[in-house]
Amino acid sequence: MIIDLQRFVAAERPCWAELERALDKLEAEPSYRMSLDEVQRFHRLYERTAADLARIITFSSEPETRRYLENLVARGYGELHETRQRRRRIFPLKWFFQTLPQTFRRHVRAFWMSLAITLAGAAFGGFALALDPGAKPALMPFSHLLQDPAKRVAEEEKATQDRLAGQKTSFSAFLMTHNIKVSIFTLALGMTWGFGTIIMLFYNGIMIGAIAVDYVRAGQAKFLLGWLLPHGVVEIPAILIAGQAGLILALALIGWGKRISLKTRLREVSQDLVTLIFGVGLLLVWAGFVEAFLSQYHEPVIPYSTKIAFGLVELTLLVVYLAKSGSGRDTGPDKPDEPSPTLSSASPIPHS
Amino acid sequence: MKTAALQIRTPEGIVFSQLLAGPVTRFLAWFIDVLCISVLLRLLGQLLLVLQIVSPDFGMALYSLGYFLLSIGYGIAFEWSWRGQTIGKKLFRLRVVDAEGLRLQFNQIVTRNLLRFVDSLPAFYLVGGIVSLLNPACQRLGDIAGNTIVIRNPRVVEPDLDQLLAGKYNSLRQYPHLAARLRQQVLPSEAALTVQALLRRDEFEPVARIDLFAELAGHFRTRVEFPPEATDGITDEQYLRNVVDILYRGRIDAGSQKVAVR
Repeated sequence: MIIDLQRFVAAERPCWAELERALDKLEAEPSYRMSLDEVQRFHRLYERTAADLARIITFSSEPETRRYLENLVARGYGELHETRQRRRRIFPLKWFFQTLPQTFRRHVRAFWMSLAITLAGAAFGGFALALDPGAKPALMPFSHLLQDPAKRVAEEEKATQDRLAGQKTSFSAFLMTHNIKVSIFTLALGMTWGFGTIIMLFYNGIMIGAIAVDYVRAGQAKFLLGWLLPHGVVEIPAILIAGQAGLILALALIGWGKRISLKTRLREVSQDLVTLIFGVGLLLVWAGFVEAFLSQYHEPVIPYSTKIAFGLVELTLLVVYLAKSGSGRDTGPDKPDEPSPTLSSASPIPHS
Repeated sequence: MKTAALQIRTPEGIVFSQLLAGPVTRFLAWFIDVLCISVLLRLLGQLLLVLQIVSPDFGMALYSLGYFLLSIGYGIAFEWSWRGQTIGKKLFRLRVVDAEGLRLQFNQIVTRNLLRFVDSLPAFYLVGGIVSLLNPACQRLGDIAGNTIVIRNPRVVEPDLDQLLAGKYNSLRQYPHLAARLRQQVLPSEAALTVQALLRRDEFEPVARIDLFAELAGHFRTRVEFPPEATDGITDEQYLRNVVDILYRGRIDAGSQKVAVR
């Protein structure tokens, strides 16, 4: 029991101030690593401050001090009981060649699901267009796709002027930002227990299938491959990976067969989602460049065979990259690289 | 009824609480952030004007990318560098923290910000607002996915005690050991209630005022019993003024000992 509050505050204040300084330093310098002595000192300061909070908590005359101590204890608790690895430095090459492909492979089943949904959509779109060509405006609600493929090919091959002259860079930026937004949306819709993600993937598949059948039926398969392959072999997998991320989120929400809490499940996948969506962004930046600067140019400017070969090389590299890159030791998303001072965990008290 | 605070018990048995921010305050903070983004975009547009004269295509591309990065990266960049705060959140004293009191991670910030795409549907964060109203921790979908909560740190306003206590003799102060026990026994909520009752005394009907102060004084007498010579001859209201004087005055007198609240 505290008899003389002022004396108590005066006696304990240096300890609180020291803890606050240590917390400020840790928060200002994420790369700072404490020595064993510093960790022990930090732990001692935290425990003493927590004990002070417990003693002062009923003092009506000290609401500010109580709030101050609560703040200190909350910050100290976060530092001391955190067991997830702290990102000290960013290594872009390691992230690109190791972390991203490893994360992709760790959740490859979600990718296969994403691909299956898209293929189902493509089959549906292709079949629907073959059955009812009049449904084209409903299946492909974009004006430039509604034109007769043969007519379009003839126009593009006869063109003597560059229709994207003076706007290639801005067109490229538009494609990048638009596709990244669609990808983020596909990921975010995972929060609808995956329904939104599935709809986005299926709809994307419908358009791909309908376009493919439309051009193949018109005898323009070579043009189609030359037009879509250079950017499509990167853009479509990128959307599939965004769908993969959305499905990972949905599976964590649903939690089939897992006896861990929703919070823990979401915490487990959070870093992987961010890794995948950054990877998607990177792929779509590349696809945006290729689509604006290469895909829109056809024979006689660029031979179809060259464009198709370029697309196939890209696809091979992407497959090898995702399947093999960083195939050594998978460190996982949240495995601590060092023992933490304490490993106990606490959970919020249920609301009353 | 839903409480506005999330309490976290540490393994040491210490309980600390985080006051949760409501949807309205968060909406206002978001509105400020939208204004900030608009200003930044305007500045970007002005900066790129010169470039657009040289190369309209390149200038437009940079503006498109800048617009995209600002609208998506604003929340991520500020919440990461300001430890859970944006300009709007700072103004309204809000902060994003880990839902279990742990250190806020970069991936949590990115996740909660990317999920804005769904929370903001169909307009003005309707989905996020409804979800946070229904969620016990006031979380929108992004907060649920990122395991975060938004807390508020209200400024502690000191009651104006001078108008209650100026120039009055406090007979209870003659017994410092009992005064110390009183300060130890009384809960913060009881002290705050008494101060409010005294500050608003003129708003009560005369009979209700007498009854209320009698009830409060009776409550405090059960907590710590002062000798009759300290309490005889003073009204219940004056007794309560003396109690408040003991509870709050010690801190005011020791102003030099006050601790800065973050």
